[in-house]
Amino acid sequence: MDLSNIVPALPGLVEGMILTLELLFFAVLGGVALGTLLALARMSSNPVLSKLAGFYVNYFRSIPLLLVITWFYFMVPFIIGWITGRPTPIGAFTSCLIAFMMFEAAYYCEIVRAGIQSISKGQANAAYALGMTYSQAMRLIILPQAFRKMMPLLLMQSIILFQDTSLVYAVGLMDFLNTARSKGDIVGQPHEFLLLAGAVYFLISFSASMIVKRLQKKLAV
Amino acid sequence: MNYNWDWGVFFKPTGIGSEVYLDWFVSGLGWTLALALSAWIIALILGTVMGVARTLPNRWISGIASAYVELFRNIPLLVQLFIWYFLVPDFLPESLQIWFKQDIKPSTSAFISVVVCLGLFTSARVCEQVRTGIQALPKGQVNAGYALGLNIAQTYRHVLLPQAFRIIIPPLTSEFLNVFKNSSVASLIGLMELLAQTKQTAEFTANLFEAFTLATIIYFTLNMSLMVFMRWVEKKTSVPGLMSLGGK
Repeated sequence: MDLSNIVPALPGLVEGMILTLELLFFAVLGGVALGTLLALARMSSNPVLSKLAGFYVNYFRSIPLLLVITWFYFMVPFIIGWITGRPTPIGAFTSCLIAFMMFEAAYYCEIVRAGIQSISKGQANAAYALGMTYSQAMRLIILPQAFRKMMPLLLMQSIILFQDTSLVYAVGLMDFLNTARSKGDIVGQPHEFLLLAGAVYFLISFSASMIVKRLQKKLAV
Repeated sequence: MNYNWDWGVFFKPTGIGSEVYLDWFVSGLGWTLALALSAWIIALILGTVMGVARTLPNRWISGIASAYVELFRNIPLLVQLFIWYFLVPDFLPESLQIWFKQDIKPSTSAFISVVVCLGLFTSARVCEQVRTGIQALPKGQVNAGYALGLNIAQTYRHVLLPQAFRIIIPPLTSEFLNVFKNSSVASLIGLMELLAQTKQTAEFTANLFEAFTLATIIYFTLNMSLMVFMRWVEKKTSVPGLMSLGGK
């Protein structure tokens, strides 16, 4: 196996990895934020709100991520066009990012919900007894404790998301995998570059999940 | 932005033979079902073997099984698929290579790659569930098996696995549903399963909203009906006396 061609390809590969990580970072940020709102809506006493959030979660959990990515790639420009009244090209990166955020939010929602439900009812009651409003109690008392408990699960889900970002291949975005594939094709060594990509994904996911396991032991009460 | 809504598009002729677009979706669904069910059989068999291996007292065997799980869990599905479809065939013996690349139809070779890929990918997850199920049983179960004079194989066959499987049906259900969703990656190597047919319809007719809506409804219905079916299985097989759904 000849690895000499990999060195000149390195800057491109790094660029691809940066795009992958950017996608991951914003998707986790947006996904967790939206997921938390969904979890609160799902547990709200308003039946309409909780039904809607429940439907959202079931909906996204029952269709493939790849379908969502492709859907959004075609759909988002249209929808923005209808809202703003003129055609607006937004590019594959943004449409993928929106797809990941909305899709992952359904999964994060379930984690956050389990996290909040694991906090003893006395905590909420104590907060209300102190005169806090619902949002104060959530923000200052419940969520900080819940997030601490569910951190390992949120991180595990994000490692899965890191691997799933490779699906942007479907819409031709030059993430790490796609860059490796095209570089490999250019120099005529597709196998070497494919194995390299696999090895890099493996090393990152594996070491990240080891760290999370350690964290889990440390955070365990 | 003008968009011509037309929900009747599925009954329009595609121009190929006497097919209408709905036929594409039916054939796509057929491929999706065939892919997912074949991969699931592999995943269930291999996953059980590996799951048992992980709980065996022999350190070598359980070590190999856990390396297997880490390998298949930490590489993205798409990378694994490319490896099975583009790389592995080049390392087959020559006669097999010719068979895979020339003798069989392209759709058959893509099908084989996806089934093997998805089967192994899912087996690593099934393995973890089986292991969890076995380890959730009280230690007394193994000891009771030995006390009755059963050997290791018999203990697993008659005592541990029947109970473990009944405990892990809920997490196994979600893996089962994942196989159907994950099979959509086959569209990226040109296999005309449900998602690929949807894309093709969208491109041919320019009625992309209708096409993707129908695909979403099909996946959603498939998922929901499988879930209801698995709930029923879970109820039928629940271990009496445990807290699980429908236990008596």
